[in-house]
Amino acid sequence: MKRLSRFALATALVLALAVPAMAEVSDGVVKIGVLNDMSGVYSDLCGPGSVEAVKMAVEDFGGKVLGKPIEVVSADHQNKADIGANVANKWIDVDKVDVIVDLPNTAVCLAVQKICQDKNRINLISTGASVILTNKNCSPTGFHWTYDNYALAKGTGTAMVKEGGDTWFFLTADYAFGHDLEKSTAEAVTKSGGKVLGSVRHPFPCNDFSSFLLQAQASKAKVIGLANAGGDTINAVKQAAEFGIVQAGQRLAGLLVFISDIHSLGLKTAQGLVVTTGFYWDLNDETRAWSKKWSARMNGRMPTMAQAGCYSATMHYLKAIQAAGTDEAKAVAKKMREIPVNDFFAKNGKVREDGRMVHDMLLAQVKKPEDSKYPWDYYKILRVIPGDEAYKPISETECPYLLEKK
Amino acid sequence: MFELIGIPPQALFGQMLLGLINGAFYAVLSLGLALIFGLLNVINFTHGAQYMLGAYVAWLLLNFLGINYWLALILAPVVVGAFGILLERLMLRKLYHLDHLYGLLLTFGLALIIEGVFRNLYGISGQSYPVPPVLTGGYNLGFMFLPLYRGWVVFFSLVVCLGTWLVIEKTKLGSYLRAGTENPTLVQAFGINVPRMITLTYGFGVGLAALAGVLAAPIYQVKPTMGADMIIVVFAVVVIGGMGSIMGSVVTGFMLGLLEGLTKVFYPEASNTVIFVVMAVVLLIKPAGLFGKAS
Repeated sequence: MKRLSRFALATALVLALAVPAMAEVSDGVVKIGVLNDMSGVYSDLCGPGSVEAVKMAVEDFGGKVLGKPIEVVSADHQNKADIGANVANKWIDVDKVDVIVDLPNTAVCLAVQKICQDKNRINLISTGASVILTNKNCSPTGFHWTYDNYALAKGTGTAMVKEGGDTWFFLTADYAFGHDLEKSTAEAVTKSGGKVLGSVRHPFPCNDFSSFLLQAQASKAKVIGLANAGGDTINAVKQAAEFGIVQAGQRLAGLLVFISDIHSLGLKTAQGLVVTTGFYWDLNDETRAWSKKWSARMNGRMPTMAQAGCYSATMHYLKAIQAAGTDEAKAVAKKMREIPVNDFFAKNGKVREDGRMVHDMLLAQVKKPEDSKYPWDYYKILRVIPGDEAYKPISETECPYLLEKK
Repeated sequence: MFELIGIPPQALFGQMLLGLINGAFYAVLSLGLALIFGLLNVINFTHGAQYMLGAYVAWLLLNFLGINYWLALILAPVVVGAFGILLERLMLRKLYHLDHLYGLLLTFGLALIIEGVFRNLYGISGQSYPVPPVLTGGYNLGFMFLPLYRGWVVFFSLVVCLGTWLVIEKTKLGSYLRAGTENPTLVQAFGINVPRMITLTYGFGVGLAALAGVLAAPIYQVKPTMGADMIIVVFAVVVIGGMGSIMGSVVTGFMLGLLEGLTKVFYPEASNTVIFVVMAVVLLIKPAGLFGKAS
């Protein structure tokens, strides 16, 4: 009897030691937390639509990874960095969340990415825009998926200058994001031989753009760059049409425009706008198939690049867990960098050492009302911008842990 | 050609005109608020939500019933005003004998609920309302391009403000209103139905908010938060003008619009705060507001 119990104990011990070497999922569940703006200015372009996209990724993956269930939770950070940080801390410490997805608003991104880095968790940024997230403020376990300011600025800025729009005036939202976008675009414009004539910083958020538009008009610049987002861009475009700015020969460049913005503006007002986007639902059969599935769950809307990016990032994360045989953040992060990204969202996408997912971007022009044949038929694709051309080259990296390696 | 601190006069005139246009919105909105506060002693925090409702009713009328802008300009204020009357009858009325604070809390709560419902129904980015065909295009005034619609907004707001002021200051109905504000018990003793007058006044004030909403629909995006963005500024206007002062709120509305317009030229970053700076200064020097009577 005694011997038997000793044997049992020994077996148990061996088993206990052996388990970590086998497939390991902490706490017996992989928990995905979608943290974004659920009710504020960005809720149409990410919000509940991103949660739905993540749920679809989990369903398409089979609901289980390494034999353990996958759960999705979500929260509203209200565009406040302190609320975002609190949720992230609680999710990781109490609710055992393994990965935080989406993250609009650069201020919140910075706070949450730091927490994830310190507590060894993965964060997948889809809606956040600033290029510093994979540069000065990069994290070994932080990934940036859909787009960034650099890619948008380069795509739209270079294209407009090439078409003859070589003098620019900026309407810039007066906060970190707007300044960053203006700076990136001004660089792209100057590099391609254009000239920046001036800029005006408007309060955020801003209802009435008429006075700023008048200043832009007085500058006689060929292109008015809108270094703002969401409701501000919508109002600026709408009022530019009202003041006859486009009819008088100046062109508008929307630097960060989501398809949900175009939907709310209507084609009559938005036509002709040149935008850079990471995804368009109507690009090919694959994008259409996925988007229609998403649309059926979202009252007939079509996904923005941010929402589609959430699906792609989550899917890639789950594949990396499968390949790594564990959900431990560093091991998963390593696998994420090794496996190429191939889905409806990105073809041969590559996750770089600094956490940037490099994939092809699209330069698009908003269609005229008479060219739009069915609901949400909004973009004419002008050009596919290869990923390596769109994103900031890794040779210019300011990422501290990469610089140390060198 | 003279220049004022590096700004050419053309740009300056343009900005002043734009300021007046924004001032027109402030004036119509603060007029309704001042009216309601004057007679009901209620700080109507739903005013922003009712402005938003006005814009949405116009949008719904156009998209579901095909009713055009001109009819909406009459229908939307009536519909939203009726909703206001219902609100007054069923809820606000019960709070008159209590402190101001209760009315404020009730109206604030209602504003949040209304906004939340519309956010759920229509999302945050809002809808586009087209400028009525007759008023599209604009005139080149030499120093700026004036969209016809904006000119119409200033003209129409002036008419509405002046009309309201005339009714209150020059007619018998207005005199009842003013008397009711001073001493409701005494006026009731003369056989005038004061509670009904209060209900109708509230309905009219709410109707004015909705009217401003319809006016704003073609310029701004019709969206659930449009009222919340506006209401704080409008409250500042009322406070600066003097709570309850009809003329004060109208004049202050236009004046502050002008001031804001000028700030956008000289120091755009401060254009969101300049009104509140003025408010703080006025409160320090003249606590009852520019046109208010010290009690």
